[in-house]
Amino acid sequence: MKDFMLIFINGEGSKDFSPEQMQANMQEWFGWVNDLKNKGIYVGGEALLPAGKTVKGKDAVITDGPFAESKEVVGGYFIVKAADIDEASEIAKASPDLPYGGAVQVREVMKF
Amino acid sequence: MQTAPAQQLIDHLFRHEAGKMIAVLTRIFGMHNIEMAEDVVQEAFLKAIHAWKFEIPANPAAWLMQTARNKAIDIVRRQQHYNQYSKEVAAQLRAETEHTIEQFFSDEEINDSQLRMIFTCCHPALKQEDRIALTLKTVSGFGVAEIARALVTNDAAIQKRLYRAKQFIKEHDIQFEIPAGQELMHRLDTVYTILYLLFNEGYNSIKADELIRRDLCGEAMRLANILSQNKAGKQPATYALLSLMCLQASRFDSRLDEENSIILLQHQDRNKWNRELIKLGYLFLNKSSKGNYLSVYHIESAIAAEHCLAASFSDTNWKRMLELYDLLLTMKATPVVALNRAVILSQSGETKRAIDEVLAIENIEALLESQHIYSAVLGDLFLTLRNYEQAKKYLSLSLHLTPSEPEKKLLNDKLKTIPGAIT
Repeated sequence: MKDFMLIFINGEGSKDFSPEQMQANMQEWFGWVNDLKNKGIYVGGEALLPAGKTVKGKDAVITDGPFAESKEVVGGYFIVKAADIDEASEIAKASPDLPYGGAVQVREVMKF
Repeated sequence: MQTAPAQQLIDHLFRHEAGKMIAVLTRIFGMHNIEMAEDVVQEAFLKAIHAWKFEIPANPAAWLMQTARNKAIDIVRRQQHYNQYSKEVAAQLRAETEHTIEQFFSDEEINDSQLRMIFTCCHPALKQEDRIALTLKTVSGFGVAEIARALVTNDAAIQKRLYRAKQFIKEHDIQFEIPAGQELMHRLDTVYTILYLLFNEGYNSIKADELIRRDLCGEAMRLANILSQNKAGKQPATYALLSLMCLQASRFDSRLDEENSIILLQHQDRNKWNRELIKLGYLFLNKSSKGNYLSVYHIESAIAAEHCLAASFSDTNWKRMLELYDLLLTMKATPVVALNRAVILSQSGETKRAIDEVLAIENIEALLESQHIYSAVLGDLFLTLRNYEQAKKYLSLSLHLTPSEPEKKLLNDKLKTIPGAIT
Protein backbone atom coordinates (compact mmCIF):
# COMPACT_ATOMS: atom_id res chain seq x y z
CA MET A 1 0.00 0.00 0.00
CA LYS A 2 1.17 3.51 -0.84
CA ASP A 3 0.12 6.92 0.43
CA PHE A 4 -1.84 9.19 -1.83
CA MET A 5 -2.81 12.78 -1.32
CA LEU A 6 -6.34 13.76 -2.33
CA ILE A 7 -6.34 17.50 -2.87
CA PHE A 8 -9.79 19.06 -2.76
CA ILE A 9 -10.54 22.01 -4.98
CA ASN A 10 -13.68 23.80 -3.90
CA GLY A 11 -16.52 24.17 -6.29
CA GLU A 12 -18.97 27.01 -6.37
CA GLY A 13 -21.98 24.77 -6.29
CA SER A 14 -22.61 24.97 -2.57
CA LYS A 15 -22.70 28.76 -2.54
CA ASP A 16 -26.47 28.98 -2.77
CA PHE A 17 -27.27 25.96 -0.64
CA SER A 18 -29.98 26.27 1.97
CA PRO A 19 -28.92 25.47 5.54
CA GLU A 20 -30.59 22.07 5.25
CA GLN A 21 -28.70 21.27 2.03
CA MET A 22 -25.43 22.35 3.62
CA GLN A 23 -26.09 20.05 6.52
CA ALA A 24 -26.92 17.19 4.18
CA ASN A 25 -23.63 17.78 2.33
CA MET A 26 -21.78 17.86 5.64
CA GLN A 27 -23.38 14.60 6.68
CA GLU A 28 -22.33 12.99 3.39
CA TRP A 29 -18.74 13.95 4.11
CA PHE A 30 -18.87 12.51 7.61
CA GLY A 31 -20.24 9.31 6.14
CA TRP A 32 -17.50 9.16 3.53
CA VAL A 33 -14.65 9.84 5.96
CA ASN A 34 -16.13 7.32 8.34
CA ASP A 35 -16.24 4.76 5.58
CA LEU A 36 -12.57 5.38 4.73
CA LYS A 37 -11.62 5.12 8.40
CA ASN A 38 -13.48 1.84 8.78
CA LYS A 39 -11.63 0.45 5.81
CA GLY A 40 -8.40 1.49 7.52
CA ILE A 41 -7.22 3.54 4.56
CA TYR A 42 -7.68 7.05 5.97
CA VAL A 43 -4.37 8.36 7.24
CA GLY A 44 -5.26 11.99 7.96
CA GLY A 45 -6.38 15.29 6.54
CA GLU A 46 -6.46 19.00 7.10
CA ALA A 47 -8.40 22.04 5.94
CA LEU A 48 -6.79 25.19 4.63
CA LEU A 49 -8.13 28.65 5.29
CA PRO A 50 -9.27 30.15 2.00
CA ALA A 51 -7.34 33.41 2.23
CA GLY A 52 -3.57 33.42 1.83
CA LYS A 53 -0.51 34.98 0.24
CA THR A 54 1.70 34.03 -2.64
CA VAL A 55 5.44 34.59 -2.56
CA LYS A 56 7.04 34.59 -5.98
CA GLY A 57 10.21 35.36 -7.93
CA LYS A 58 13.80 36.11 -7.06
CA ASP A 59 12.72 39.25 -5.22
CA ALA A 60 10.29 37.18 -3.16
CA VAL A 61 7.37 39.47 -3.92
CA ILE A 62 4.47 38.81 -1.63
CA THR A 63 1.00 39.17 -3.13
CA ASP A 64 -2.46 38.55 -1.75
CA GLY A 65 -4.30 35.47 -2.86
CA PRO A 66 -5.53 32.90 -3.49
CA PHE A 67 -8.80 34.52 -2.52
CA ALA A 68 -11.80 33.00 -0.85
CA GLU A 69 -13.88 33.88 -3.89
CA SER A 70 -11.68 31.91 -6.27
CA LYS A 71 -13.20 28.76 -7.68
CA GLU A 72 -9.82 27.12 -7.91
CA VAL A 73 -8.86 27.45 -4.29
CA VAL A 74 -7.54 24.35 -2.53
CA GLY A 75 -9.79 23.58 0.39
CA GLY A 76 -7.82 20.85 2.07
CA TYR A 77 -6.33 17.42 1.66
CA PHE A 78 -6.63 13.82 2.77
CA ILE A 79 -3.90 11.22 2.89
CA VAL A 80 -5.29 7.79 2.03
CA LYS A 81 -3.78 4.37 1.49
CA ALA A 82 -4.22 2.63 -1.86
CA ALA A 83 -2.45 0.00 -3.95
CA ASP A 84 -1.94 2.30 -6.92
CA ILE A 85 -3.06 5.57 -8.52
CA ASP A 86 -6.11 3.92 -10.11
CA GLU A 87 -7.34 2.64 -6.80
CA ALA A 88 -6.72 6.05 -5.21
CA SER A 89 -8.69 7.70 -8.03
CA GLU A 90 -11.56 5.31 -7.40
CA ILE A 91 -11.57 6.43 -3.77
CA ALA A 92 -11.67 10.06 -4.89
CA LYS A 93 -14.70 9.35 -7.05
CA ALA A 94 -16.83 9.10 -3.94
CA SER A 95 -16.08 12.70 -2.91
CA PRO A 96 -19.46 14.22 -2.04
CA ASP A 97 -18.55 17.56 -3.61
CA LEU A 98 -18.12 16.34 -7.18
CA PRO A 99 -21.78 16.97 -8.06
CA TYR A 100 -21.41 20.59 -6.90
CA GLY A 101 -18.50 21.59 -9.08
CA GLY A 102 -15.72 20.40 -6.78
CA ALA A 103 -12.63 18.57 -8.06
CA VAL A 104 -10.10 16.23 -6.51
CA GLN A 105 -6.45 15.99 -7.51
CA VAL A 106 -4.93 12.59 -6.80
CA ARG A 107 -1.18 12.52 -6.22
CA GLU A 108 1.10 9.81 -4.96
CA VAL A 109 3.28 10.78 -2.00
CA MET A 110 6.90 10.20 -2.93
CA LYS A 111 8.90 7.92 -0.67
CA PHE A 112 12.68 8.21 -0.50
CA MET B 1 -11.23 -3.74 13.51
CA GLN B 2 -13.10 -1.23 15.59
CA THR B 3 -15.73 0.77 13.78
CA ALA B 4 -15.50 4.51 14.33
CA PRO B 5 -18.82 6.08 15.23
CA ALA B 6 -20.09 8.17 12.35
CA GLN B 7 -20.09 11.85 13.18
CA GLN B 8 -23.57 13.25 13.35
CA LEU B 9 -25.06 16.68 13.59
CA ILE B 10 -28.36 17.19 15.38
CA ASP B 11 -31.24 17.09 12.89
CA HIS B 12 -31.90 20.51 11.36
CA LEU B 13 -29.02 22.05 13.34
CA PHE B 14 -28.09 24.38 10.47
CA ARG B 15 -31.68 25.46 9.92
CA HIS B 16 -32.25 26.26 13.57
CA GLU B 17 -28.95 28.02 13.98
CA ALA B 18 -29.62 30.02 10.81
CA GLY B 19 -32.81 31.35 12.40
CA LYS B 20 -30.99 32.34 15.56
CA MET B 21 -28.07 33.95 13.76
CA ILE B 22 -30.23 35.96 11.37
CA ALA B 23 -32.31 37.22 14.29
CA VAL B 24 -29.31 38.35 16.33
CA LEU B 25 -27.53 39.90 13.35
CA THR B 26 -30.66 41.71 12.22
CA ARG B 27 -30.97 43.15 15.69
CA ILE B 28 -27.41 44.44 15.38
CA PHE B 29 -27.48 45.64 11.77
CA GLY B 30 -31.10 46.82 11.73
CA MET B 31 -34.09 45.45 9.86
CA HIS B 32 -33.18 47.54 6.82
CA ASN B 33 -29.97 45.53 6.59
CA ILE B 34 -31.55 42.10 6.83
CA GLU B 35 -29.85 41.00 3.60
CA MET B 36 -26.50 41.78 5.17
CA ALA B 37 -27.44 39.53 8.09
CA GLU B 38 -28.43 36.77 5.66
CA ASP B 39 -25.12 37.11 3.82
CA VAL B 40 -23.11 36.83 7.03
CA VAL B 41 -25.02 33.69 7.96
CA GLN B 42 -24.45 32.15 4.54
CA GLU B 43 -20.76 32.96 4.81
CA ALA B 44 -20.55 31.34 8.24
CA PHE B 45 -22.17 28.16 6.89
CA LEU B 46 -19.83 28.02 3.92
CA LYS B 47 -16.91 28.38 6.30
CA ALA B 48 -18.35 25.60 8.44
CA ILE B 49 -18.88 23.08 5.67
CA HIS B 50 -15.38 23.83 4.50
CA ALA B 51 -13.67 23.43 7.85
CA TRP B 52 -15.80 20.71 9.41
CA LYS B 53 -15.07 18.25 6.65
CA PHE B 54 -11.66 17.82 8.18
CA GLU B 55 -12.48 18.29 11.83
CA ILE B 56 -15.84 18.81 13.44
CA PRO B 57 -15.78 21.26 16.38
CA ALA B 58 -16.75 20.09 19.86
CA ASN B 59 -19.75 22.39 19.93
CA PRO B 60 -20.92 23.01 16.35
CA ALA B 61 -23.74 25.39 17.31
CA ALA B 62 -21.40 27.54 19.40
CA TRP B 63 -18.84 27.53 16.58
CA LEU B 64 -21.41 28.93 14.16
CA MET B 65 -22.60 31.60 16.58
CA GLN B 66 -19.00 32.60 17.34
CA THR B 67 -18.28 32.96 13.63
CA ALA B 68 -21.34 35.17 13.23
CA ARG B 69 -20.32 37.23 16.24
CA ASN B 70 -16.79 37.81 14.95
CA LYS B 71 -18.10 38.80 11.56
CA ALA B 72 -20.57 41.22 13.13
CA ILE B 73 -17.79 42.87 15.13
CA ASP B 74 -15.69 43.11 11.95
CA ILE B 75 -18.49 44.75 10.01
CA VAL B 76 -19.39 47.28 12.70
CA ARG B 77 -15.71 48.15 13.24
CA ARG B 78 -15.20 48.63 9.54
CA GLN B 79 -17.85 51.36 9.59
CA GLN B 80 -16.01 53.25 12.31
CA HIS B 81 -13.18 55.60 11.52
CA TYR B 82 -10.93 54.93 14.48
CA ASN B 83 -7.86 56.24 12.73
CA GLN B 84 -8.96 59.83 12.99
CA TYR B 85 -8.65 59.68 16.78
CA SER B 86 -5.74 59.12 19.10
CA LYS B 87 -4.51 55.58 19.56
CA GLU B 88 -5.79 55.57 23.09
CA VAL B 89 -9.36 56.54 22.17
CA ALA B 90 -9.36 54.26 19.14
CA ALA B 91 -8.43 51.28 21.34
CA GLN B 92 -11.23 52.12 23.76
CA LEU B 93 -13.76 52.52 20.97
CA ARG B 94 -12.75 49.18 19.54
CA ALA B 95 -13.20 47.50 22.87
CA GLU B 96 -16.56 49.15 23.35
CA THR B 97 -17.75 48.00 19.94
CA GLU B 98 -16.86 44.47 20.84
CA HIS B 99 -18.63 44.75 24.18
CA THR B 100 -21.77 46.25 22.57
CA ILE B 101 -22.02 43.44 20.02
CA GLU B 102 -21.10 40.75 22.52
CA GLN B 103 -24.09 41.37 24.78
CA PHE B 104 -26.55 40.34 22.07
CA PHE B 105 -25.11 36.83 22.05
CA SER B 106 -26.30 35.60 25.44
CA ASP B 107 -28.92 32.83 25.33
CA GLU B 108 -31.55 35.16 26.70
CA GLU B 109 -30.85 37.88 24.16
CA ILE B 110 -30.78 35.35 21.32
CA ASN B 111 -34.24 34.15 22.33
CA ASP B 112 -35.38 37.75 22.59
CA SER B 113 -34.06 38.52 19.10
CA GLN B 114 -35.79 35.47 17.70
CA LEU B 115 -39.06 36.60 19.20
CA ARG B 116 -38.59 40.06 17.67
CA MET B 117 -38.02 38.38 14.33
CA ILE B 118 -41.18 36.30 14.69
CA PHE B 119 -43.20 39.42 15.51
CA THR B 120 -41.72 41.29 12.57
CA CYS B 121 -42.32 38.47 10.09
CA CYS B 122 -45.90 38.03 11.34
CA HIS B 123 -46.65 41.76 11.26
CA PRO B 124 -50.37 42.26 10.58
CA ALA B 125 -49.70 44.85 7.87
CA LEU B 126 -48.06 42.20 5.70
CA LYS B 127 -50.07 39.93 3.43
CA GLN B 128 -50.71 36.57 5.02
CA GLU B 129 -48.93 34.57 2.32
CA ASP B 130 -45.94 36.90 2.61
CA ARG B 131 -45.84 36.43 6.36
CA ILE B 132 -45.69 32.66 6.01
CA ALA B 133 -42.91 32.77 3.42
CA LEU B 134 -40.87 35.31 5.37
CA THR B 135 -41.24 33.39 8.63
CA LEU B 136 -40.06 30.17 6.99
CA LYS B 137 -37.12 31.93 5.38
CA THR B 138 -35.83 34.12 8.21
CA VAL B 139 -37.03 32.46 11.38
CA SER B 140 -36.92 28.85 10.29
CA GLY B 141 -33.93 28.89 7.94
CA PHE B 142 -35.76 27.25 5.03
CA GLY B 143 -34.37 27.77 1.53
CA VAL B 144 -36.55 29.22 -1.22
CA ALA B 145 -36.95 25.84 -2.93
CA GLU B 146 -37.90 24.21 0.36
CA ILE B 147 -40.56 26.84 1.05
CA ALA B 148 -41.92 26.37 -2.45
CA ARG B 149 -42.07 22.61 -1.93
CA ALA B 150 -43.78 23.00 1.44
CA LEU B 151 -46.37 25.44 0.15
CA VAL B 152 -46.76 23.61 -3.16
CA THR B 153 -45.84 26.54 -5.37
CA ASN B 154 -42.78 27.55 -7.42
CA ASP B 155 -39.52 29.28 -6.51
CA ALA B 156 -40.39 32.46 -8.38
CA ALA B 157 -43.61 32.90 -6.41
CA ILE B 158 -41.73 32.55 -3.14
CA GLN B 159 -38.97 34.95 -4.26
CA LYS B 160 -41.66 37.47 -5.07
CA ARG B 161 -43.33 37.12 -1.68
CA LEU B 162 -40.03 37.47 0.16
CA TYR B 163 -39.04 40.52 -1.84
CA ARG B 164 -42.44 42.15 -1.36
CA ALA B 165 -42.41 41.49 2.39
CA LYS B 166 -38.90 42.85 2.89
CA GLN B 167 -39.64 45.95 0.82
CA PHE B 168 -42.79 46.59 2.81
CA ILE B 169 -40.93 46.29 6.09
CA LYS B 170 -38.27 48.73 4.93
CA GLU B 171 -40.65 51.25 3.38
CA HIS B 172 -42.93 51.29 6.38
CA ASP B 173 -40.08 51.28 8.84
CA ILE B 174 -41.53 48.34 10.75
CA GLN B 175 -39.67 48.07 14.02
CA PHE B 176 -37.75 45.01 15.08
CA GLU B 177 -39.31 44.79 18.52
CA ILE B 178 -41.52 42.92 20.93
CA PRO B 179 -44.72 44.92 21.36
CA ALA B 180 -45.84 45.80 24.89
CA GLY B 181 -49.14 46.15 26.74
CA GLN B 182 -52.42 45.83 24.86
CA GLU B 183 -50.58 45.70 21.55
CA LEU B 184 -48.74 42.55 22.67
CA MET B 185 -51.89 40.42 22.92
CA HIS B 186 -53.15 41.68 19.60
CA ARG B 187 -49.84 40.96 17.91
CA LEU B 188 -49.51 37.58 19.57
CA ASP B 189 -52.82 36.66 17.98
CA THR B 190 -51.38 37.29 14.52
CA VAL B 191 -48.35 35.19 15.44
CA TYR B 192 -50.57 32.32 16.59
CA THR B 193 -52.49 32.50 13.33
CA ILE B 194 -49.31 32.13 11.28
CA LEU B 195 -47.92 29.33 13.44
CA TYR B 196 -51.19 27.45 13.27
CA LEU B 197 -51.38 27.94 9.51
CA LEU B 198 -47.86 26.53 9.20
CA PHE B 199 -48.82 23.57 11.29
CA ASN B 200 -51.99 22.91 9.33
CA GLU B 201 -50.15 23.28 6.06
CA GLY B 202 -47.99 20.40 7.23
CA TYR B 203 -50.76 18.37 8.80
CA ASN B 204 -53.43 18.71 6.16
CA SER B 205 -51.77 19.56 2.88
CA ILE B 206 -52.69 16.76 0.52
CA LYS B 207 -50.19 17.75 -2.11
CA ALA B 208 -46.86 18.25 -0.34
CA ASP B 209 -44.65 15.24 0.27
CA GLU B 210 -44.57 13.55 3.64
CA LEU B 211 -41.07 14.61 4.63
CA ILE B 212 -41.58 18.32 4.16
CA ARG B 213 -44.97 18.11 5.87
CA ARG B 214 -43.34 16.61 8.93
CA ASP B 215 -40.78 19.42 8.83
CA LEU B 216 -43.51 22.04 8.73
CA CYS B 217 -45.38 20.62 11.70
CA GLY B 218 -42.15 20.26 13.66
CA GLU B 219 -41.15 23.80 12.79
CA ALA B 220 -44.49 25.29 13.86
CA MET B 221 -44.14 23.46 17.18
CA ARG B 222 -40.57 24.63 17.61
CA LEU B 223 -41.55 28.26 17.06
CA ALA B 224 -44.47 27.98 19.50
CA ASN B 225 -41.99 26.55 21.95
CA ILE B 226 -39.65 29.51 21.46
CA LEU B 227 -42.62 31.80 22.18
CA SER B 228 -43.37 29.92 25.38
CA GLN B 229 -39.81 30.37 26.59
CA ASN B 230 -39.92 34.15 26.51
CA LYS B 231 -41.55 36.22 29.19
CA ALA B 232 -43.60 38.21 26.68
CA GLY B 233 -44.62 35.11 24.77
CA LYS B 234 -45.34 32.94 27.80
CA GLN B 235 -49.13 33.46 27.67
CA PRO B 236 -51.90 30.97 28.44
CA ALA B 237 -52.97 31.05 24.78
CA THR B 238 -49.40 30.16 23.72
CA TYR B 239 -49.60 27.02 25.84
CA ALA B 240 -53.05 26.26 24.45
CA LEU B 241 -51.66 26.46 20.90
CA LEU B 242 -48.69 24.29 21.84
CA SER B 243 -51.03 21.79 23.44
CA LEU B 244 -53.24 21.69 20.36
CA MET B 245 -50.24 21.09 18.10
CA CYS B 246 -48.89 18.28 20.31
CA LEU B 247 -52.25 16.52 20.50
CA GLN B 248 -52.81 16.79 16.75
CA ALA B 249 -49.25 15.72 15.97
CA SER B 250 -49.67 12.64 18.16
CA ARG B 251 -51.91 11.24 15.42
CA PHE B 252 -49.51 12.06 12.60
CA ASP B 253 -48.39 8.46 12.07
CA SER B 254 -51.82 6.89 12.29
CA ARG B 255 -53.61 9.10 9.82
CA LEU B 256 -52.27 7.36 6.68
CA ASP B 257 -52.04 3.65 5.91
CA GLU B 258 -49.26 1.80 4.08
CA GLU B 259 -50.72 2.82 0.75
CA ASN B 260 -50.88 6.44 1.83
CA SER B 261 -54.64 6.34 2.13
CA ILE B 262 -56.27 8.60 4.68
CA ILE B 263 -57.53 6.78 7.75
CA LEU B 264 -60.49 8.52 9.36
CA LEU B 265 -60.38 9.14 13.08
CA GLN B 266 -62.91 6.37 13.76
CA HIS B 267 -60.74 3.80 12.00
CA GLN B 268 -57.36 4.84 13.34
CA ASP B 269 -55.34 2.44 15.45
CA ARG B 270 -55.21 4.39 18.70
CA ASN B 271 -52.20 2.38 19.84
CA LYS B 272 -50.23 4.17 17.14
CA TRP B 273 -50.94 7.55 18.67
CA ASN B 274 -47.78 9.03 20.11
CA ARG B 275 -48.14 8.81 23.90
CA GLU B 276 -45.23 11.17 24.55
CA LEU B 277 -46.84 13.93 22.51
CA ILE B 278 -50.21 13.33 24.15
CA LYS B 279 -48.58 13.65 27.56
CA LEU B 280 -46.92 16.88 26.48
CA GLY B 281 -50.25 18.08 25.10
CA TYR B 282 -51.96 17.53 28.45
CA LEU B 283 -49.09 19.24 30.25
CA PHE B 284 -49.37 22.35 28.07
CA LEU B 285 -53.16 22.27 28.30
CA ASN B 286 -52.78 22.40 32.06
CA LYS B 287 -50.41 25.34 31.81
CA SER B 288 -52.87 27.13 29.53
CA SER B 289 -55.66 27.19 32.09
CA LYS B 290 -54.64 30.43 33.73
CA GLY B 291 -55.99 33.92 33.37
CA ASN B 292 -59.40 34.78 32.02
CA TYR B 293 -58.79 34.90 28.31
CA LEU B 294 -60.23 31.87 26.57
CA SER B 295 -58.70 31.58 23.09
CA VAL B 296 -59.95 29.42 20.25
CA TYR B 297 -56.80 27.35 20.81
CA HIS B 298 -58.00 26.54 24.32
CA ILE B 299 -61.20 25.09 22.93
CA GLU B 300 -59.64 23.35 19.96
CA SER B 301 -57.07 21.83 22.25
CA ALA B 302 -59.79 20.65 24.62
CA ILE B 303 -61.52 19.03 21.64
CA ALA B 304 -58.31 17.29 20.60
CA ALA B 305 -57.78 16.18 24.21
CA GLU B 306 -61.28 14.63 24.29
CA HIS B 307 -60.34 12.49 21.30
CA CYS B 308 -57.14 11.39 22.99
CA LEU B 309 -58.96 10.58 26.21
CA ALA B 310 -61.43 8.23 24.55
CA ALA B 311 -60.30 4.61 24.44
CA SER B 312 -62.11 4.14 21.15
CA PHE B 313 -64.07 6.29 18.73
CA SER B 314 -67.40 5.04 20.07
CA ASP B 315 -66.27 5.86 23.60
CA THR B 316 -65.91 9.54 22.72
CA ASN B 317 -67.84 11.79 25.05
CA TRP B 318 -70.08 13.27 22.35
CA LYS B 319 -72.10 15.38 24.75
CA ARG B 320 -68.98 17.16 25.99
CA MET B 321 -67.72 17.37 22.43
CA LEU B 322 -70.91 19.09 21.30
CA GLU B 323 -70.62 21.62 24.13
CA LEU B 324 -67.08 22.41 23.06
CA TYR B 325 -68.11 22.80 19.43
CA ASP B 326 -71.02 25.05 20.42
CA LEU B 327 -68.54 27.23 22.27
CA LEU B 328 -66.06 27.16 19.40
CA LEU B 329 -68.76 28.18 16.96
CA THR B 330 -69.50 31.32 18.98
CA MET B 331 -65.83 32.35 18.75
CA LYS B 332 -64.97 31.07 15.31
CA ALA B 333 -68.12 30.96 13.21
CA THR B 334 -66.48 29.50 10.13
CA PRO B 335 -68.07 27.00 7.74
CA VAL B 336 -65.45 24.38 8.68
CA VAL B 337 -66.31 24.58 12.38
CA ALA B 338 -70.02 24.32 11.54
CA LEU B 339 -69.27 21.32 9.35
CA ASN B 340 -67.29 19.58 12.11
CA ARG B 341 -70.02 20.35 14.59
CA ALA B 342 -72.52 18.65 12.30
CA VAL B 343 -70.39 15.49 12.35
CA ILE B 344 -70.53 15.54 16.17
CA LEU B 345 -74.31 16.04 16.04
CA SER B 346 -74.61 12.98 13.84
CA GLN B 347 -72.44 10.96 16.22
CA SER B 348 -74.77 12.02 19.01
CA GLY B 349 -77.60 10.42 17.06
CA GLU B 350 -78.96 13.55 15.44
CA THR B 351 -78.02 12.97 11.83
CA LYS B 352 -81.16 14.59 10.43
CA ARG B 353 -80.44 17.79 12.33
CA ALA B 354 -76.80 17.56 11.27
CA ILE B 355 -77.82 17.56 7.61
CA ASP B 356 -80.12 20.54 8.17
CA GLU B 357 -77.30 22.46 9.81
CA VAL B 358 -74.84 21.69 7.03
CA LEU B 359 -77.37 22.87 4.48
CA ALA B 360 -77.91 26.01 6.56
CA ILE B 361 -74.24 27.03 6.34
CA GLU B 362 -73.94 30.36 4.57
CA ASN B 363 -73.09 29.99 0.90
CA ILE B 364 -73.27 26.22 1.19
CA GLU B 365 -74.14 25.75 -2.51
CA ALA B 366 -70.89 27.39 -3.55
CA LEU B 367 -68.90 25.49 -0.91
CA LEU B 368 -70.37 22.16 -2.00
CA GLU B 369 -69.43 22.88 -5.57
CA SER B 370 -65.88 24.01 -4.81
CA GLN B 371 -64.52 22.19 -1.75
CA HIS B 372 -64.65 18.43 -1.60
CA ILE B 373 -64.81 18.22 2.20
CA TYR B 374 -68.36 19.66 2.36
CA SER B 375 -69.84 17.24 -0.14
CA ALA B 376 -67.88 14.38 1.45
CA VAL B 377 -69.37 15.05 4.89
CA LEU B 378 -72.85 15.64 3.53
CA GLY B 379 -72.70 12.45 1.49
CA ASP B 380 -71.54 10.60 4.57
CA LEU B 381 -74.44 11.93 6.63
CA PHE B 382 -76.93 10.84 3.98
CA LEU B 383 -75.23 7.44 3.92
CA THR B 384 -75.80 7.14 7.67
CA LEU B 385 -79.50 7.79 7.07
CA ARG B 386 -79.44 5.27 4.20
CA ASN B 387 -80.62 7.97 1.85
CA TYR B 388 -78.59 6.35 -0.92
CA GLU B 389 -79.68 8.64 -3.70
CA GLN B 390 -78.49 11.80 -1.94
CA ALA B 391 -75.44 10.00 -0.54
CA LYS B 392 -74.38 8.97 -4.02
CA LYS B 393 -74.96 12.45 -5.36
CA TYR B 394 -72.69 14.17 -2.82
CA LEU B 395 -70.02 11.49 -2.56
CA SER B 396 -69.67 11.52 -6.35
CA LEU B 397 -69.45 15.29 -6.32
CA SER B 398 -66.69 15.11 -3.71
CA LEU B 399 -64.88 12.45 -5.72
CA HIS B 400 -64.95 14.78 -8.67
CA LEU B 401 -63.54 17.69 -6.63
CA THR B 402 -60.71 16.17 -4.59
CA PRO B 403 -57.22 16.17 -6.06
CA SER B 404 -56.03 13.65 -3.47
CA GLU B 405 -55.62 10.02 -4.44
CA PRO B 406 -56.09 8.68 -0.90
CA GLU B 407 -59.34 10.59 -0.58
CA LYS B 408 -60.51 9.37 -3.96
CA LYS B 409 -59.94 5.84 -2.78
CA LEU B 410 -61.83 6.50 0.43
CA LEU B 411 -64.79 8.00 -1.42
CA ASN B 412 -64.84 5.16 -3.93
CA ASP B 413 -64.90 2.65 -1.10
CA LYS B 414 -67.90 4.42 0.38
CA LEU B 415 -69.70 4.59 -2.95
CA LYS B 416 -69.22 0.85 -3.31
CA THR B 417 -71.16 0.26 -0.08
CA ILE B 418 -74.25 1.79 -1.66
CA PRO B 419 -76.57 -1.05 -2.70
CA GLY B 420 -76.76 -1.49 -6.45
CA ALA B 421 -74.00 1.02 -7.00
CA ILE B 422 -71.83 0.82 -10.09
CA THR B 423 -68.79 2.96 -9.53
